[in-house]
Amino acid sequence: MQILCIMLSDIAQIRLVSSHPEVYDPCDDSFALVDALLADRANLLEHHPSICLEIGCGSGYVITSLALLLGKEASGAHYMATDINPHAVGVTRETLEAHGCHAELVNTDIALGLEKRLARSVDVIVVNPPYVPTPEEEVGCFGITSSWAGGENGRSVIDKILPVADKLLSEKGWLYLLTLTANNPLEICLLMRKKGYASRIILQRSTEEESLHIIKFWRDLDTLLEVKESMVLNKTDNRTVTESLPFPSFSVWRNLSRNFN
Amino acid sequence: MRLLTHNMLSSNIKGVTNGFPLLIEAEKVVEKAVDFNEDFLKNMFAKIEWKALVDASKTMGYAELPDNVESSMLDSDEFLQKFHHALLELHLEEGALVCPETGRKFPVSKGIPNMLLHEDEV
Ligand SMILES: C[S@@+](CC[C@H](N)C(=O)[O-])C[C@H]1O[C@@H](n2cnc3c(N)ncnc32)[C@H](O)[C@@H]1O
Repeated sequence: MQILCIMLSDIAQIRLVSSHPEVYDPCDDSFALVDALLADRANLLEHHPSICLEIGCGSGYVITSLALLLGKEASGAHYMATDINPHAVGVTRETLEAHGCHAELVNTDIALGLEKRLARSVDVIVVNPPYVPTPEEEVGCFGITSSWAGGENGRSVIDKILPVADKLLSEKGWLYLLTLTANNPLEICLLMRKKGYASRIILQRSTEEESLHIIKFWRDLDTLLEVKESMVLNKTDNRTVTESLPFPSFSVWRNLSRNFN
Repeated sequence: MRLLTHNMLSSNIKGVTNGFPLLIEAEKVVEKAVDFNEDFLKNMFAKIEWKALVDASKTMGYAELPDNVESSMLDSDEFLQKFHHALLELHLEEGALVCPETGRKFPVSKGIPNMLLHEDEV
């Protein structure tokens, strides 16, 4: 019985997750992201993160689950979360409190206000972004619309988050990003590859409505060198970087195959 | 909001060149006990702007931090306890963070700072 309780307490409990009409309730995407974090738990513990940040925390289901699943074994971890929706950070606070957890919350656009001082300091970033393809006007609207509206290909907010994540991640930092097939995840991996990140799809899940991927990114010296080399090559033979990179990118497949070994 | 977060926030208003540190207007301060973790403190020490932390904790009613520090002080348990208390246990529940250059106030309510900018500030 006791063992069962400990296992159940590993992630946030739905009945303790607070809600609000203007805030995104935990859904298939939220569950997929938490499942991916659970599956990667042993690596996360070994990673000894100091600062973990969720961008777009909504109900708080994910950041609370992260704090719970790392638990006492990651006692040196400090949690932070942001959301553009003021109701969402309020609901996240309630969800955290109901589980006896703490995360520092900031009501802001992505990580505005934190970017300067938190640069190169975050060891784990977790994002379930607004990813649904919508008309551009709907992006960043206040309230519940901002929880899904992703603009063209659902990429508007994702494409703003990526450079911020690059700035905030520490040398050893990891980014977990949830995407939809319509977001073109391989192109996202390629974009990050140009910034020196290797990537791996750590979870793939198809629901009735959508096919979700959780991609993990990390800085990788080999990737960085490959990119630099290809840039040097490009200078001499006048092609663009994109043309010279195989698509899907090598390191994606290399890491995928590593994953299967 | 912990003072660690305060130490990581700056004003991002268009045209502002030095938005750090934000001044604190404290209406309600609460203290919450947090497990002491030496490794975390040692990790964070290098990232903290010390003067900003000293001034912020004074505004919050805690004046025990030394004005000047050096890394050798991390060997002292007494120092670490004070650092821990100031960084993690003092919370600004209600009040505001004020941009040092423009005086613009970022409200803090229920412990959550609102750093969103108006359209003309971006
Ligand atoms: C798909 S929901 C995910 C909510 C929660 N993390 C989960 O997994 O259940 C996306 C969240 O991102 C927030 N969001 C949208 N645009 C944002 C932005 N520019 N900065 C910060 N948060 C944003 C929304 O308000 C919403 O809470």
